[in-house]
Amino acid sequence: MTFAVGSSDPFAEVDAPAPSEVSAEDSALLTGGAFRLSPIPVALAVGTLIAVGLLSATSGAAGLPVAGVLSSLLDHIPLVDLDSSLTVRQESVLFQIRLPRLVLGMLVGGSLGMAGASYQGIFRNPLADPYFLGVSAGAGFGAVLAFGFGLDLGWGPFDAVPAAAFVGALLAVTAAAMVARGPGSSPSTLLLGGVAMAALFSAAQTYALQRLDETRAREVLSWLFGQLSTSGWSEIALLGPYVAVCGGVLLAHRRHLDVLRVGDDEARSLGLDPVRSRMIVIVAASLLTAAAVSVSGLIAFVGLVVPHMVRLMVSHSYRVIVPISALAGGAFLAFVDIGARTLVAPSELPVGVITAFVGAPFFAFLLWRGNGVEA
Amino acid sequence: MSNTSDALVCQGVTVVYRKRVVLSHIDLAVGAGEWLGLIGPNGAGKSTLLHSMAGLADHSGTISLSNGRTPTATDLALVPQTPLLPLGMSVAEYVLLGRTAHLGWLARESRADHRIASGVLRRLDLERFAQRAVASLSGGEAQRVVVARALAQESPLLLLDEPTSALDVGHQAAVLELVDDLRRSDGLTVVAAMHDLTTAARFADRLALLHEGVLIANGVPHEVLDASVLSQVYDTPLSVRTIDDELVVLASPRAKGSLEPAAPEST
Repeated sequence: MTFAVGSSDPFAEVDAPAPSEVSAEDSALLTGGAFRLSPIPVALAVGTLIAVGLLSATSGAAGLPVAGVLSSLLDHIPLVDLDSSLTVRQESVLFQIRLPRLVLGMLVGGSLGMAGASYQGIFRNPLADPYFLGVSAGAGFGAVLAFGFGLDLGWGPFDAVPAAAFVGALLAVTAAAMVARGPGSSPSTLLLGGVAMAALFSAAQTYALQRLDETRAREVLSWLFGQLSTSGWSEIALLGPYVAVCGGVLLAHRRHLDVLRVGDDEARSLGLDPVRSRMIVIVAASLLTAAAVSVSGLIAFVGLVVPHMVRLMVSHSYRVIVPISALAGGAFLAFVDIGARTLVAPSELPVGVITAFVGAPFFAFLLWRGNGVEA
Repeated sequence: MSNTSDALVCQGVTVVYRKRVVLSHIDLAVGAGEWLGLIGPNGAGKSTLLHSMAGLADHSGTISLSNGRTPTATDLALVPQTPLLPLGMSVAEYVLLGRTAHLGWLARESRADHRIASGVLRRLDLERFAQRAVASLSGGEAQRVVVARALAQESPLLLLDEPTSALDVGHQAAVLELVDDLRRSDGLTVVAAMHDLTTAARFADRLALLHEGVLIANGVPHEVLDASVLSQVYDTPLSVRTIDDELVVLASPRAKGSLEPAAPEST
């Protein structure tokens, strides 16, 4: 029991401790980081993204100087007037070739990282990933069909390819989730269901590819391998709106993923509708994956490796994992793409090949070590 | 049977699970500020009744607040029997989950939410654990943290599902005394499924005895704890004594062959 100090009635009884006491203790807790998320990981991830961006913009056959790239970029900011030291040709390489590819890599990597983190939260399974859930294969099949029917109309986000990819993605993830809800299911059933869906949709893809004429088939096949090839900014115009909308939805639901970690019943008793949250997140993550697949084909392991590294290095909270996976996924894919462009120059490696070289051993390691089911 | 001093009213609550009637036409009212203990052998339907109250079990009949509204997470908080303590989640983050029902569309916690959670941590003497991982706590500490999360929910009704079944006697008493203190200071209403009849008699104002999904008795502890009724319901000879003004339920030496193995708790 405490008494208010300095009030008109010195014996007035108050329930709470004196205000100064409360705020001191509160702020000790708050500044101690008990509740607030530290800004350091976000700052580090943004810093890495920028560093990778600069490295990527200046790496390649047409060597661009860092200072020139920086001044040219700053010059494009409204109200900033700087003399760029780049030649006209260098400017054109930077803005028509390097930057579109770099931005696309960041958007695709960010999308896959974020989608992977979200799937892991929804399924409470740290090994869930767009690729292993069969989502990518489903999206790939949808996209191949759309390409096959000549539906890549160049309508940006309203093109039929991402829509068809989305239908395929949703079919695959729904089927995998249904398998995981079966009577004989265990935590690994979801992934095995995903593997089954991936096999099914890959076979369907192969069949659809066979029905295409040879030139078209080769085009689609090289896209399917996972490439970040661009023609100017059109791919970004397609993917950008999906990243903005679906990314926004996933960010808004990242706390729901933390609540779901205590199980559906407890989540419901805390005031969350688990079915609704799960549905929204699955649709947003699948749409994001589908849009990424539509522009870059099947790039495996980003959605698995990146959120895992974030969980290992930063936090288990999805409030942190989802946004940092977006930033780190972007940095990771942009970095890997430097290798894809330069390792066997003048020809190129599909970026999906390199992510698989990095990701598959990592995945094997996670399986070997044995991972908790609860993400 | 409803009146304005009732915090929660169950009318004709029936739960059927896989064609088995788990609860049958339960009529039960919980008075505001009272501690109602749900007792009964394993499989009697205590947990199911609590889960129905919390909106977690499909049921027929009605469960409503005094104003006729169906309760939500801002009206009642549940302390589960075996809470899931996520890996790597800190005590502070865990307690903050209790604010879920109060958050807006973007699910962002405000400074007020942080203040409420840190206030609860302070009251329950858990401040020093704030940064610790919940999964690393001992049973007694963890149960306090789960109670803290329920308090952060700021719901006037607290539902406890055998909250101390995993604790030793000392920690059991500590957790229940804590809940009792909070009930008196905050005017909370408590409904608790309780295994130990002596403990139930000590803490509850009123007991509801369930057997095979049916409400057998409902009243103050010395009425409900009738040795012959209990012996029949628990299928074992029990005696009820008064020691130091407290009711104590004791298992009498068994008559040969009178004890059947208890049914597993399926609800």
